[in-house]
Amino acid sequence: MHWSIFLEQVPDGDVAWWRMLASGLLWTLATAACAWVVAFSIGSVIGVMRTLRRPWLIRFGNAYVELFRNVPLIVQFFIWYFVVPGLVPAVQDAVSEMDPTLFQFITAVVCLGLFTAARIAEQVRAGINSLARGQRLAAYALGLRESQTYRHVLLPMAYRIIIPPLTSELMNLVKNTAVAYSIGLTELFFRTREMGEITFRYFEAFAAATVIYAAVAFSANRVMTWIERRTAVPGYLGAHR
Amino acid sequence: MKTLLRFAAVSVVTALCAGAAQAEDLSGTLKKVKETGVITVGHRDSSIPFSYLDDKQNAIGYSVDLCLKIVDAVKNELKMPGLKVQMQPVTSSNRIPLLQNGTVDMECGSTTNSVERQKQVSFGLTTFVTNVKVVVKKNSGINSLTDLNGKPVATTSGTTSVQLLRANEKAKGIDFKEIYGKDHAESFLLLESGRAAAFVMDDILIAGLVANSKNPGDYRMLDDVLRTEPYGIMLRKDDPQFKALVDGTLSSLMKSGEVARLYARWFTQPIPPRGVNLNFPMSKELSEALKNPNDKGV
Repeated sequence: MHWSIFLEQVPDGDVAWWRMLASGLLWTLATAACAWVVAFSIGSVIGVMRTLRRPWLIRFGNAYVELFRNVPLIVQFFIWYFVVPGLVPAVQDAVSEMDPTLFQFITAVVCLGLFTAARIAEQVRAGINSLARGQRLAAYALGLRESQTYRHVLLPMAYRIIIPPLTSELMNLVKNTAVAYSIGLTELFFRTREMGEITFRYFEAFAAATVIYAAVAFSANRVMTWIERRTAVPGYLGAHR
Repeated sequence: MKTLLRFAAVSVVTALCAGAAQAEDLSGTLKKVKETGVITVGHRDSSIPFSYLDDKQNAIGYSVDLCLKIVDAVKNELKMPGLKVQMQPVTSSNRIPLLQNGTVDMECGSTTNSVERQKQVSFGLTTFVTNVKVVVKKNSGINSLTDLNGKPVATTSGTTSVQLLRANEKAKGIDFKEIYGKDHAESFLLLESGRAAAFVMDDILIAGLVANSKNPGDYRMLDDVLRTEPYGIMLRKDDPQFKALVDGTLSSLMKSGEVARLYARWFTQPIPPRGVNLNFPMSKELSEALKNPNDKGV
């Protein structure tokens, strides 16, 4: 073991290795945070779509979920990074103007966001369907429109029900950012590999990455648990524990 | 210099003891091979033409051919004609750990013999010399390193070129944006798709990628040589017996002209799987290295 490696300078660079890992961690966190916003918004819309009584919307929602769930994440990264710009001339032009690092970041956010959205959509749909049918009917009986029914009756309960699986999704999202190394985004896993390859201290580098990923995913878990407790409806779903 | 002296000393000692000290006191890799009856050769999957897979997924190439000659020498030395030869693919990131932990006994790819790496592993005699160069598109109007100022430059993560690029960036006071591909094919794709203005890599690997690209005529290499690097077969550190055998085999192949013949076969003639000819005549650095075999790193 050679733990002081983290304090050593990067060859031909101005910073120490721990700073490289820290900058990688920042990219990881930024990617995960932005992708979560994308995933949560799109996932909610698609999930709701699949519970509406309009066959073509349901079909679109199903197609979306199947498409994004059934293609490996690393393949999706490759498609967004290399294939899409090659197919669409407008994207190609925008990309060659753009800062390459920024483009890698946007690709990672879009790719992870849309992938995770498919999984969240599935959970939102399940959450809504798990509510007693009477809730929807009661809302209609009170004279609420469909949009009001979702906004005031169905979604508030559905979201509370799916907090535990959403927690897993958030933790998965943080861990999935590591796949962005494949398009050259300098996130934590990229920096870890780079450190291993340049210093040959693979054990130390990956030990550090393991601890950092575990800590980040665990913090995400704690935050979600806190939200779950704060939003619990008394007398419902494990409140008053 | 130290390694050279050590090599010389080891060669003399092995020459003297040859015959006398046979199987009784084998050590290191030779001992392991003798005991297990298996020798494992690490190879790459796309280091054309050094070490890559043909259309039947067999490892072929210049380095692989050289390694198979060494395997023959091992069979001879250990008197084990039935020695089992296992081919194990490795990548640029796992080749050193897999060599160190004994998964492979030697690595036959396109590995730069660097002083930094010599802290972890050892290298056989230099079998190839590469110049690190910059490839650009002909129509890009880029004619020298300074033209790259402010432009995105692609390189493969985990290779020595990354450090080289950083060092040059500082030295020349130019500022380019590094983008990383995870392997050479992907880095080249960055250049091909216009995402990067240039790709920094060993000239021979560039020649291979260009020869296999859609329009080989679109690319050219800048004249600047960022660095000259020797390639060698990678061996475990502190294993003088095996290293002496490897170096002895290589130097006799160099003297007999066999290496030059293999070179012509892989670098100036059509090679599998698609019959592409790299048209990469031997550089003066390499013919120098074949005349005066050495294992100096950079």
